[in-house]
Amino acid sequence: MAMMMPPRMNPSDSASGPKQHQSWSPYDNNGGTCVAIAGSDYCVLAADTRMSTGFSILTRDYSKIFQISDQCALASSGFQADIRALQKNLDARHQTYQHQHNKQMSCPAMAQLLSNTLYYKRFFPYYAFNVLGGLDDQGKGCVYSYDAVGSYERVGYAAQGSGMQLIIPVLDNQLKSASPLVLPKRESATPLSESEAVDLVKDTFASAAERDIYTGDGVEIIVINAQGVQKHYMELKKD
Amino acid sequence: MTGKQPYVGQGLEAPHAFTLMPGPTKHTQYPYVTGTSVLGIKYKDGVLIAADTAASYGSTVRYKSVERLKACGKHCLIGASGEISDFQQILQYVDKLILNDYMWDDGNNLSPKDIHNYLTRIMYNKRNNFDPLWNTLVLGGVKNGEKYLGVVTMIGVQYVDNHVASGFGNHLARPIFRDEWHENLTLEEGIQLLEKALTVLFYRDRSAINKVQVANITEAGINISEPYALKTNWDYNAFKNPTVGAEGSW
Repeated sequence: MAMMMPPRMNPSDSASGPKQHQSWSPYDNNGGTCVAIAGSDYCVLAADTRMSTGFSILTRDYSKIFQISDQCALASSGFQADIRALQKNLDARHQTYQHQHNKQMSCPAMAQLLSNTLYYKRFFPYYAFNVLGGLDDQGKGCVYSYDAVGSYERVGYAAQGSGMQLIIPVLDNQLKSASPLVLPKRESATPLSESEAVDLVKDTFASAAERDIYTGDGVEIIVINAQGVQKHYMELKKD
Repeated sequence: MTGKQPYVGQGLEAPHAFTLMPGPTKHTQYPYVTGTSVLGIKYKDGVLIAADTAASYGSTVRYKSVERLKACGKHCLIGASGEISDFQQILQYVDKLILNDYMWDDGNNLSPKDIHNYLTRIMYNKRNNFDPLWNTLVLGGVKNGEKYLGVVTMIGVQYVDNHVASGFGNHLARPIFRDEWHENLTLEEGIQLLEKALTVLFYRDRSAINKVQVANITEAGINISEPYALKTNWDYNAFKNPTVGAEGSW
């Protein structure tokens, strides 16, 4: 199995001849930002719809949110081809699960599966930054935040991708989740109402689109609650 | 080689004697003969895809009549930029896929989306093996009244849009498309828009030439034009007298 990255030429290699070609990379960064907020009985999940490479926009209308089950959705940014492969992989595993158990996978179970799936490719990783959101077994909102190799954590809110540096401090300021070190364990869900959470998410994306060139064009927002899944869309700056 | 006889009987060097390429397997690290931008737009009745007929060997325009637009099955057309030999291999993959599907004899034909998905899996699989097919493919078609226009790259990135372009076209053609494209373009307007973009590419992309083909895919079928020349204009003052405004620099 090809586990190693191709060796990259560096300037000190020039003794063996002039550098003629830029060495090929199996990865690209297609940008994008994902945000999720968990409430007591809902979960808001959002991602912008721009897909870029370098300074070029490939398309302004690419959905980064993948609905895995009725109570679970995945928002991913990073390398589009890896993300697509990851989504197909999870979907196939979920299909198998449904045939074996005659029910859909719970969101916490899917969270563990996603972690394992990412770690399985630890030495040739999926270049994907994920936020998984939905409702847990008690019907409470849940959000899981990941790195590319599968380390994950259940949180009250999360942001991932190219605009996360701009968005996370705003969410910290507005939502003030309890430190995980505080004992006894505090509720991680935010006290905001559903519509307040959606408005906050819209504001964070409008702000990120001002400064992050990989975030823009539009933001797709889905809300998961006891009634089902609602979808919203808001235009963002296209510059 | 040091003039050794090819292996016939037994000997220590047996494995090497029949190996085409001794040593570790080599993978494609860079392309040899490449085609430049491919452009595609949707219009009122279908999809238009355009490309020039040049194939370059590095910065040399080595071949000038290479057709980079190919029909695949009844509803789909592929345009390729990048390594020409890899494109020809891709066409073999697609022909095999279509033949296998035809042999079901169920009256069904693969849709452009089917072929796009298939090619995306091939491209992504090859990149996973660090042996990429060095192309950006533009895929267009119409089936059951649904227009389809997509792109897949050498590392398996894929997307669909109302107008697409590969390579230099992303920088030079798509801004024009974003200004002028609309859903109700007629065939004539669509071809005009593509020719305008191709002309800009010819002026600014050194590996582009003014011999081009435009393909039209509609519900009725696929029609790829014969190669024809774009009209160009070199009467601009900056072309006639390039040193004006930069005196002393030459």
